[in-house]
Amino acid sequence: MKFRMMHVLVVGSVLAMTLVPRIAWAQDDTLNAGDTAWMLTSSVLVLFMTIPGLSLFYAGLVRAKNVVSVMMQCFAITCMVTILWTVYGYGLAFGDGGSMNAFVGSGKLFLSGVGVDTVDGSIPESVFQMFQLTFAIITPALMVGAFAERMKFSTMMVFMALWFTVVYAPVAHWVWGGGFLGDLGVLDFAGGTVVHINAGIAALVLCIVLGKRTGYPSTPMPPNSLVLTVVGASMLWVGWFGFNAGSQLAADGVAGMAMAVTHIATATAGFTWMMMEWIGRGKPSALGIATGAVAGLVAITPASGSVGPIGALGIGFASAICCYFAAGALKRSLGYDDSLDVFGVHGVGGFVGAILTGLFTAEMFGGSGLDNGIGMQLYLQLVGAVATILYSGVLTFVIVKILDATMGLRVSSEEESGGLDIALHNERGFSL
Amino acid sequence: MKLVTAVIKPHKLDEVRDTLSRLGVTGLTATEVKGFGRQKGHTEVYRGAEYSIDFVPKVRIDVVIDDEQVKAVVDAITTSARSGQIGDGKIFVTDVEQAIRIRTGETGSEAL
Repeated sequence: MKFRMMHVLVVGSVLAMTLVPRIAWAQDDTLNAGDTAWMLTSSVLVLFMTIPGLSLFYAGLVRAKNVVSVMMQCFAITCMVTILWTVYGYGLAFGDGGSMNAFVGSGKLFLSGVGVDTVDGSIPESVFQMFQLTFAIITPALMVGAFAERMKFSTMMVFMALWFTVVYAPVAHWVWGGGFLGDLGVLDFAGGTVVHINAGIAALVLCIVLGKRTGYPSTPMPPNSLVLTVVGASMLWVGWFGFNAGSQLAADGVAGMAMAVTHIATATAGFTWMMMEWIGRGKPSALGIATGAVAGLVAITPASGSVGPIGALGIGFASAICCYFAAGALKRSLGYDDSLDVFGVHGVGGFVGAILTGLFTAEMFGGSGLDNGIGMQLYLQLVGAVATILYSGVLTFVIVKILDATMGLRVSSEEESGGLDIALHNERGFSL
Repeated sequence: MKLVTAVIKPHKLDEVRDTLSRLGVTGLTATEVKGFGRQKGHTEVYRGAEYSIDFVPKVRIDVVIDDEQVKAVVDAITTSARSGQIGDGKIFVTDVEQAIRIRTGETGSEAL
């Protein structure tokens, strides 16, 4: 693994580097009120994606007896990651790691050095770390969908603490914190690799080791409320403007275009999924159009800072097709129980987006242009995706195996059949 | 006295209630139930996964009446609950031994 990364680094230093825009103006440490206002707003929007957006999206998809458990998992992850981030996570992801800086940062314990007057780029560092924290929250929370309805809450919390520390924080550093993937020229504007491929592959590993829900796939497990799910998906769509347009870390033209292409890709993917179901299965479904929209949001994420409207249409269209087959035919043929399709939508959508970013950033497709040529950029995008898949996949497997041997992963079959809400939380979601 | 139990399509409930009221039926009990008959269930599809739903939602009406009202009541329910489609439901008629109004203690037809 390390040898491979060194090789990648050498290749990177030979290349003319494509620097993400914010690195280019990171020297300019004058606070800008407009940028700050937008980043305060973006931080709110990205937190809004997890609670309530994602938790409602998931709450509607599980059975009524587990609706509290998934909302509780999302909420508890939000609280715990915030504490870990404050104590040491921000430093791991965005601190200067010295000789290890290509791989991981350090310092900034308890947000030391982040004061009222500290400026990062053109915004207060307090706002910068808050914005990045909301990304660190949603990435583990995405995985809730893969192990829903059967995992022990205590083990889930320990898993998330470990995963945040040894997987999320370093990978975020690789791409955004001055690590080797960013330096190499891998384009990942808002986190297609760091957030979606990373969470998607970890979710797949986790749900395979954890095993299927009892009765899957012979017992029907239909969603308890598509109302909650469609509302949650709609909140994700709105919140994602903070995720993508906020990733410019400024209120400027790139942010504006990021918002536009995010919207175009999302609408295209939702529409495409609906049409595929309508043609292939006879009826357009609400869950289908909402899932398609999320797939589009995921796929446009790495591309949103560098592609134009044509690229957005292409990425939206391609992501819907690929995720449609991943969440349907692929999952059924391989037989794993990724309950709410975290891998099928985030893993596959993230991969499709990461690769297509290398294509649609080219000027001929209306993108901002590539320094390396399409072929080289596609190779770099693949390097970024594969490095993340290997690192996240292997470490997730190790963590899960250790927890399986020590704490145990699953609730008892009696608790599972009665529902996690009563068994783990002494509560029920609906008393109708 | 007879107990008339009808299992009907949920959206026909109001029509049946109105018709029975016009006949002078002074009370009935309606319950949401699930079941299957010749209609079987239906299929639901979520992200490509098909689920066959074997139990169809229906409304069950229980009404107790005097013997001489039976034909009129059964005819009324048959007419107002019928759509002509499969799944319109069934009517069962059974004998009732006794009826008591809890408030007054009246029995038999007086209690209906």
